[in-house]
Amino acid sequence: MPGALAHVVPPKARRGEIVEVKTLASHVMETGYRRDINGIAIPRDLVRAMRCTYNGEEVFSAEFHPAMAANPYVAFTTVATESGTLDVEWTGDNGYRATASARLEVE
Amino acid sequence: MIRFAGVACLARIATAAALAATALAASGAGIAPADRRSGYAMMAPETRRMQDDDAENPGMLWVLDGRPLWTARPAPDAASCAECHGDAETSMKGVAARYPAFDDGAGHPVDLAQRINRCRVLRQRQAPWAGESRELLALEAYVALQSRGVPIAIDAGPRMQPYLRDGRAEFERRRGQLNLACSQCHEDRWGLHLGGSVIPQAHPTAYPIYRLEWQSVGSLRRRLRGCMIAVRSEPYDAEAPQMIDLELYLAWRARGMTFEAPGVRP
Amino acid sequence: MRRRTLLAAGVAAALARRDADATPADVRQAVALIAGSATVRDGRVHVEIAPLVENGNSVPLAVRVDSPMTADDHVKAIHVFVERNPQPFVATFRIGPRAGRAAVSTRIRLADSQSVVALCEASDGSFWQGSASAIVTLAACSEEI
Repeated sequence: MPGALAHVVPPKARRGEIVEVKTLASHVMETGYRRDINGIAIPRDLVRAMRCTYNGEEVFSAEFHPAMAANPYVAFTTVATESGTLDVEWTGDNGYRATASARLEVE
Repeated sequence: MIRFAGVACLARIATAAALAATALAASGAGIAPADRRSGYAMMAPETRRMQDDDAENPGMLWVLDGRPLWTARPAPDAASCAECHGDAETSMKGVAARYPAFDDGAGHPVDLAQRINRCRVLRQRQAPWAGESRELLALEAYVALQSRGVPIAIDAGPRMQPYLRDGRAEFERRRGQLNLACSQCHEDRWGLHLGGSVIPQAHPTAYPIYRLEWQSVGSLRRRLRGCMIAVRSEPYDAEAPQMIDLELYLAWRARGMTFEAPGVRP
Repeated sequence: MRRRTLLAAGVAAALARRDADATPADVRQAVALIAGSATVRDGRVHVEIAPLVENGNSVPLAVRVDSPMTADDHVKAIHVFVERNPQPFVATFRIGPRAGRAAVSTRIRLADSQSVVALCEASDGSFWQGSASAIVTLAACSEEI
């Protein structure tokens, strides 16, 4: 599976505190607009979507277009409700799928 | 002093410098130790922030790939890096900051990528990884990370002197259609602007880097080839001895500066 | 929501077939597609981007929206557009009360100096927008021959 990273900042929080989730996926994000040395368009190959669940419940999702940078970075926030796992999944062209997880301890 | 220099203006610098300097060119004075600055210091705050935070640094995606390459056997009958070298966080601490280093087996200095491939061929009996391949860069990034925070300190003893001398000559030699030496931009005009970019001092403090222009991690060799192409000169092959000499000289020039791999650069 | 996404993809595909780059008019059309008949108001949406971009391949962007993010009053989606890339869509970020704050950060590609527009869809059906502009220059030393 292609590489991807997820971090919760801070990884330990009090109930009700807002934490930040930082995600990175390894992907070339080929726009489809570039041309190779022979002038032929390089086929589009993109991450199209990502979603994040917190102990199984969706808390964030996104749809990407070619204007997202390569190795897409997305950070968002979530309220710390209970200890558990933030699971992030990315999907895209040519059967691309990647996952990453991060623990959040809530007291 | 020329304040702004676009690519078209490089020719003007070249002409002016040609009138003023001898064929071997450059000032030779070097940058005073107190004035030495990593390219990091000359980046925009948002790019520095990308490097500072491991959760935001795209280079860490290559480190992520490199970690299992250290621990996994390349073949059932070939030892993994870990089986000889143990835990990389211990055994590789400070190693990348000493490269390029003299390799007794090869009989000349090698850079870290070459050292990794030598191990791969001689000890693991595997085919070497191609230059700039994902695997080679990932393992290099993982090993380089273990030197983060360590001062750059290459061996500059007697047997290294001929290579250092050659490396310095490379740095100061005019090359290409634009007839420019590395030193003319990176020693004489660092801090000035070339187009929208600030000219750095060219210290290899952060390699392998995630370069925004490449949208990928790449090696110092890739960056040097890019520079040579930019001044319209025939770039050295990645494995050419002149390339290693130049890397060695750059590392010596950066001695004492803090290693910050994996870096992010524009 | 899915229908709008499909329509947006359709517009994106149609725009991509044109040889010309997108224009501010295309952004207005894309915004209108998502907002439908609702009035799009200026305000509440803060777009943070460096005024001079270090490299157009990877430009840090943050969007914050003034919103209490309660169950009754929150941001549902943040749509990001650009005026002068080949096509106007960048991304859609979908959040809700569990976010605590309406704030997303990402990195985008900017083909040229231009404005970035963020359209926020609120839970009460209202739409708000904000924008910021950035200057993008080519790297001085190009490795492409």
